[in-house]
Amino acid sequence: MSTNTVTSTNEEPILEAVHLRKEFPLRKVNLFGPPRAVHAVEDASLALRPGHATALVGESGSGKTTVARLLASLYTPSAGTIRFQKEVVKTRGEAALRAYRRHVQMIFQDPFSSLNSVHTVRYHLSRPLRIYGHAHSAAEETRLVTSLLERVNLTPAEQYMPKYPHQLSGGQRQRVAIARALAAMPSVLLADEPVSMLDVSIRLDVLNLLIRLKEEEDLALLFITHDIASARYFAEETLVMYAGQLVEGGPSEEVIQRPKHPYTQLLLSAAPDPDRFGSTDQHGGRKETPWAQPVLAVDGSGEPSSLINPPSGCRFHPRCPYAKPVCRQQFPPRTELDGRHWVHCFLYGAENKTHLSEISLASPSVGQASPENSPLR
Amino acid sequence: MIDTQIRTNTLLEVKHLSVDYESARGAVHAVTDVSFAIERGQILGLAGESGSGKSTLAYAIARLLQPPAVVTQGQVLFYPSKLPVRLDKTSKDDAVLDVLALNPAQLRAFRWHDLSIVFQSAMNALNPVLDIEVQITDVLHSHNPQMTRQEARSRAVELLRLVGIAPDRLHSYPHELSGGMRQRAIIAIALALDPEIIIMDEPTTALDVVVQRDILAQIMRLRNDFGFSVIFITHDLSLLLEIADTIAIMYAGSIVEMATQENLYRHPRHPYTHGLLNSFPSLRGPRRRRVSIPGSPPDLRSVPPGCAFHPRCAFSFAACHTIQPTLLHVPCEGAKGCIEAPRVDSLSAGKRVTHVACHLYDATLNPEGPPESLESENVNQHCNVNQ
Repeated sequence: MSTNTVTSTNEEPILEAVHLRKEFPLRKVNLFGPPRAVHAVEDASLALRPGHATALVGESGSGKTTVARLLASLYTPSAGTIRFQKEVVKTRGEAALRAYRRHVQMIFQDPFSSLNSVHTVRYHLSRPLRIYGHAHSAAEETRLVTSLLERVNLTPAEQYMPKYPHQLSGGQRQRVAIARALAAMPSVLLADEPVSMLDVSIRLDVLNLLIRLKEEEDLALLFITHDIASARYFAEETLVMYAGQLVEGGPSEEVIQRPKHPYTQLLLSAAPDPDRFGSTDQHGGRKETPWAQPVLAVDGSGEPSSLINPPSGCRFHPRCPYAKPVCRQQFPPRTELDGRHWVHCFLYGAENKTHLSEISLASPSVGQASPENSPLR
Repeated sequence: MIDTQIRTNTLLEVKHLSVDYESARGAVHAVTDVSFAIERGQILGLAGESGSGKSTLAYAIARLLQPPAVVTQGQVLFYPSKLPVRLDKTSKDDAVLDVLALNPAQLRAFRWHDLSIVFQSAMNALNPVLDIEVQITDVLHSHNPQMTRQEARSRAVELLRLVGIAPDRLHSYPHELSGGMRQRAIIAIALALDPEIIIMDEPTTALDVVVQRDILAQIMRLRNDFGFSVIFITHDLSLLLEIADTIAIMYAGSIVEMATQENLYRHPRHPYTHGLLNSFPSLRGPRRRRVSIPGSPPDLRSVPPGCAFHPRCAFSFAACHTIQPTLLHVPCEGAKGCIEAPRVDSLSAGKRVTHVACHLYDATLNPEGPPESLESENVNQHCNVNQ
């Protein structure tokens, strides 16, 4: 199984985050109380490679957007380093930022608010060309804007140039936003939920466009999404984030077909999956699976924990049916599994092998989505 | 025989309903000639992209449309099973309620008592300055003035329990609840008077998948316990395939295909349905490049003549450009082409019949029958799963 999923690991990462941490300080309620903060990202490490897409999957509030913004240098990390082409990124000063953003660009979720409504498409695309010194004359600018619009399939380009954002549909706006990011001629694209605001039939178009750009221009892509199915479609590598902690990662097929962390299993079992309704009986009536039973023995509210006072240790432990005392005390170390798949969970340490077999027998199947991929095989 | 069956099982019937939005630049035909029927206890899914008219249709059924929206033609018939204390009994036929002809007093009795609605954005649907108890008991008091405060409160507690909120949240304000809890509270209010049908307009769209699944499971449980019908509106077809009994696909204001969830998934007929099903990346099976539907949805002010989908359709032929398709009955498996003339009165999709508005299935316009490539395109998805 691992043979087809192993991709070129030897490719050097172009953008690397090492032990990133971000806290947002909160205003004190009690003047003499301890300082409080939202612990948005805790010890995140990831690497982006040219021509590869990495998906970052998680629920809202899991800190995935914060990671993208840290990488885009829109926030400064509280701790940890970001390395671009092996050099530590300096984020002090306008010139250093500009030099960095020449290579690392971001696409935002909402194409309705990320474009300036008083400027034309041409203006949006010519600004980065001028700022980053790619266009020196009006003629060159027109040529480059035309080619940008053609690269994102907005043709005929001359027709789109004088248009304002309100004259474009959602999908067309997102294409303009992508073209604007490409105008800087970056080597890394950070896409923060680029398709979740778009209509279903348009989504695939934009995803396919990003895949094509990735392949043709050897871009390194970070794809942030809450939709694990599109992560599978889009990205070679998938990272799963819960409450600010990266809990599992590896080749997308590995992570999605053989999820290890209980949270990943929960996410997968909750994702809509039309194939599951194949459980209709002969009379066409619906069997009471899977709706009759709760997805997982999660706590009543079924929602992620607060990031102001996050649970100690593994932040998933209050919802985890397999939680052990040790999960409360410390965050589990990274366990390497087969095929570049890794997980932060005490269930998978070498010393826990005996414990594992007990669990797989005693507990109900977590990954209902795929019984053949028994979670703790 | 057939007629009596419709009378007993059918709860709501929509006949030839059209809704326009009047605008200075001409009328926007948001809903065009839509007909369907819902049986008791059934979940009908309405799927379509934004602007396909699914919300407008639901609002028209609930009589919630405000000018400039105008119902230009059609009927909404409701067959109540419980005999409520109607404020006045002017209509001679008690068994049928013509929703679009109700006077304000009747409408007030009809809404919430017979039909309730769950809106998409719970934050906007709840009043931020009133706590949950007030908002639930408000419904009870206004429809049932003789109810005591104590009774109303205990009913409110019971409703919160039903939707899975701890009763101690009764005095919480909307901002103190999480997104999922707010949506549950809205569902509790919709259930307050034990309605026969609930319209849910994208009830889980803004929620995370785990919360979404919890709430959907809750809705399914409540439906099994109380037997109400649901019109479930969403753009997420993969979700509908799991929960709905019958699914209607809307495109540019019309229903283009209506079938049971299984038939829709296994044997989709309309090229647009094929395209939609293909637009969702799947969690299983081979990872393959998917092709999206080319183009974008039409401007409803100037819908293309003939079939509204023809400019985006790979299979369109001459007739599609000129003749507007009507819903045909097509067998779900085996034989191709139309089996009988369209009959609007029995438009609730049966187990073996799919309703599709496409000339490919019309034997007179397209004698060869639908192309093979359309037939085989989508089935492979499910074949791989069982291996």
